[in-house]
Amino acid sequence: MTATMDRRQAVKMLLDARDGALVVTGLGSPTYDVHAAGDRDNNYYLWGAMGGAALVGLGLAQAQPEKRVMVITGDGEQLMAFGALATISVARPKNLDLIVLDNQHFGETGMQASHTGRGIAFDKIAAAAGFAETGVISTLDEVAGLTERLRAKAEGPRLFVLKIEAKNLPRSLPPRDATFVKTRFRAHLGLNPS
Amino acid sequence: MSYVPDAGHSTLIRLFGEDPEVITNMLSTEEEGVAIAAGSWLGGKRSVLLMQSSGVGNCINMLSLPVQARMPFLTLVTMRGEWGEFNPWQVPMGQATEASLKAIGLTVLRAETGEDLIDIVESAAAMAYDADQQIAVLLGQRLLGKKKW
Repeated sequence: MTATMDRRQAVKMLLDARDGALVVTGLGSPTYDVHAAGDRDNNYYLWGAMGGAALVGLGLAQAQPEKRVMVITGDGEQLMAFGALATISVARPKNLDLIVLDNQHFGETGMQASHTGRGIAFDKIAAAAGFAETGVISTLDEVAGLTERLRAKAEGPRLFVLKIEAKNLPRSLPPRDATFVKTRFRAHLGLNPS
Repeated sequence: MSYVPDAGHSTLIRLFGEDPEVITNMLSTEEEGVAIAAGSWLGGKRSVLLMQSSGVGNCINMLSLPVQARMPFLTLVTMRGEWGEFNPWQVPMGQATEASLKAIGLTVLRAETGEDLIDIVESAAAMAYDADQQIAVLLGQRLLGKKKW
């Protein structure tokens, strides 16, 4: 089945319901999607460090246990962090949600096929690793339901795969200055610049 | 603290694990710890990554995150492949460790004796957390002793 869900609408729905959650984005289109929904001080955009998004989220979730942390990344970025699902499952944060925007392709580099179109299912892998909740979302109606579900307290890390249309949308570029975004993010939490 | 274990770090791993004020993460590969450290700092906490020199090669691209974001980063690296090493497979990465870390932009300090170690790690932590630097401390294989087989 070919996915038809619009990634920008899906991400905007998740962010409109973020309720103060801290957000980390995986490089490429997820970074643009989150920026397109509105630049916020409590977003940390990755422009590189492929495979790092979920684990930046883990470190942040452990440092800020009273805040919910939402990582929004792509299937290609998460594929590079396969072992991260084991590390996160063992760490068992109760405030970390991973959202994998899955278009089954490496969109940024020419739409080459990725593993997720060939049988690799992150929801099943995360469930097998011991995540508290996992699921696959294919429609915007289901995203609305997911926003409700994410409001409920978690027993452990959660991972949801959003099957989205494989389409390169116009880029929406956040600041590339990682130091500026870091300082802005930390100031949002009341932390000093350094 | 996050780690991929090494015999040279075993006491430190145990001490951190017993400390109720420290969150310990065991990693499936070393570069995970670089990303966790970045997240910790975004959230206002300090951290340290423990690994063996063979793990440094796994970390190189991920180190672009603390380097580019100018985030404090501290790693303690136990050396293999440089002193009385019997396993030839440890030598290429052991010999490339310092050059690789410097190439990606880290500052590298070395401890060769137990006396130096405490001073050097204190100094490294100050450079990382007071001066926003990315620091690796290499613990020489001569200090750690040859691996017994």
